[in-house]
Amino acid sequence: MPLLEVEELRIVFDTRKGPLCAVDRASFAIDRGEILGLVGESGAGKSLIATAIIGLLAPPARIAGGTVRLAGRRIDDLDAEAMRRIRGRAIGAIFQDPLGALNPLFTIGRQLEETIRVHRALDRRAARARAVELLRAVGIPDPERRLDAYPHELSGGMRQRVVIALALCADPLLVVADEPTTALDVSVQAQILRLLEQSCRERGAAVLLVTHDLGAIGAIADRVAVLYAGRIVEIGPVAAVVRNPRHPYTRGLLGAIPRIGARPRRLVQIEGTMPRLDAVPTGCAFHPRCPHAVARCRGERPELEPMGEARAVACFRPRGAEGGLG
Amino acid sequence: MSAPPLVEAFGLEKRFAIARPWLARLADRGRGRFVHAVAGVDLAVPRGRTLALVGESGCGKSTLARLLVGLLLPSAGRIRFDGRDLDLRLGRRAWAPVRRRIQMIFQDPYASLDPRWRVADILAEPLEAFGLVRSRGERRERVEELLRQVGLSPADGQKYPHEFSGGQRQRISIARALASRPDFLVCDEPTSALDVSVQAQILNLMKQLQEELDLTYLFISHDLAVVSVMADVVGVMYLGRIVELAPSKELFLRPRHPYTRLLLDTVREPGRRGRLPLAGEVPSPIDPPPGCAFHPRCPWASARCRGERPELEPVGEAHAVACHGVEEGRLPDPRGAPVSSPCAAP
Repeated sequence: MPLLEVEELRIVFDTRKGPLCAVDRASFAIDRGEILGLVGESGAGKSLIATAIIGLLAPPARIAGGTVRLAGRRIDDLDAEAMRRIRGRAIGAIFQDPLGALNPLFTIGRQLEETIRVHRALDRRAARARAVELLRAVGIPDPERRLDAYPHELSGGMRQRVVIALALCADPLLVVADEPTTALDVSVQAQILRLLEQSCRERGAAVLLVTHDLGAIGAIADRVAVLYAGRIVEIGPVAAVVRNPRHPYTRGLLGAIPRIGARPRRLVQIEGTMPRLDAVPTGCAFHPRCPHAVARCRGERPELEPMGEARAVACFRPRGAEGGLG
Repeated sequence: MSAPPLVEAFGLEKRFAIARPWLARLADRGRGRFVHAVAGVDLAVPRGRTLALVGESGCGKSTLARLLVGLLLPSAGRIRFDGRDLDLRLGRRAWAPVRRRIQMIFQDPYASLDPRWRVADILAEPLEAFGLVRSRGERRERVEELLRQVGLSPADGQKYPHEFSGGQRQRISIARALASRPDFLVCDEPTSALDVSVQAQILNLMKQLQEELDLTYLFISHDLAVVSVMADVVGVMYLGRIVELAPSKELFLRPRHPYTRLLLDTVREPGRRGRLPLAGEVPSPIDPPPGCAFHPRCPWASARCRGERPELEPVGEAHAVACHGVEEGRLPDPRGAPVSSPCAAP
């Protein structure tokens, strides 16, 4: 049984003009200890999915259908109190902005100890020892002394290390990391990604890594799910998807990424932009931008169908299929 | 690249005073403390080419850009445009003779366009400010031409900025910068706020315009992959100084400075996992380390590096590096950017 199962998840925004569908029947699963990357451009709905899983979706957004199961237990319909107990213990969360995730008025030691003691029956001294151990594990030098530092006294990279330590406090089964490196400098991003990967793999925690950066996913994830206009269009092992993308959107996205060494006269570009939520095209949401669209793409929505080993793609004419694009 | 450079800077410096509590000021007898955002930079931007500056936050690349367009006044140094020294004693007016020919594109396409102006008025403002149009008809024609040049439709002129996506807004910013028919465009992280697929559109547009209009770019970015696609010459900045300057191909093939190597090691591309990155972060520019500012993070630092600041010295044709280790020949051979696995792009 997978650790996390998301099935037919539907997230809508309630507006005066009626509900707007932002995530439409998204289904995926994460195994124990697995790292799944969820990639998409702004507005694709990737953060909404992450927020729904950790139970922090706030109005006007709400789950309008589907289920989320953690270790076989349904968690999408829990009340706030029950969800609060799961969050932090079974699911750890890491957000983009480490400064916003830490309380500026308390030392990081106090925040760590408090979180540890919420989840574990430890006295203060033991909690402090555990906090030191965690800080050391996330690569903070001189952790005994750093316990007394306030968040503003740490650099961005150090803060994100503290946030990772907080997320790992209770040895969660799943860590949801929403753009964990976007706010950091490039040389620090690489360190934090590696740290996230190592510390989760050591503990056997699964990771949902939400990002716009396919490079980050390529660096640490096992599988990748590509999101477009609220729908998963392709999912599969990272290496296979990158080497041989089946969906035209995935292909365009990969081609648009500048690479060192290749110096093309022009980058591959996908014409146009992602549709707004109130104007998602009929049929396949990608068809107006797709160079290979046929009449069927305009009228009928392609479902995510298995294709090849451990892969699935939502396209009527995927590359590599019979009758598809060569 | 033998033509004289369009833009040159010599010993350019910018200091910012730091506001401090009165007691601290009293303690050091009123001597001010400064951040050296740009600490003595020499550079030359070849005509019709792109010089890119890369570096992490706080390295001074944006300050340097603002100095060159005259949004900030340098604390020391000279700027030369098209063979003529700007008379910096005049302050901002020093740029008056060349103002039309230097324009800028900013990072944030949301903050850099006035939300209350129609796009046509945004584009016409530079035309009128420089007296480049004589009649309303001429104005309309030029605005429509600009919109078409950046891939928008003439009808878009009647809309307001909020009606456009981020990528389209950046097109409007580019059109505004092109309005006065400049020679030199300073682009400060022009695609950092955009999604990758939109970034590709904007980079392609910028390359196409450069060719058509013979533009010279100063391109600022923290993204080495973007720089490798856009630049002819690359300057790597660290804490206010250029630590390595080389033709793009050379820099990515044979990076010499340890910091450049570190940056290249951090490049992630789908299809390759990247190397184990060096530890450490950029120190505060308020108290930069003595000697070579990079020495605390450098695996090859020696006593000399801790005490003496290296100057930018030539190490080959058009390639210069500020590193004692390179000069003394005690650094291992550079390994260039690893070539990523071929992508299955169409």
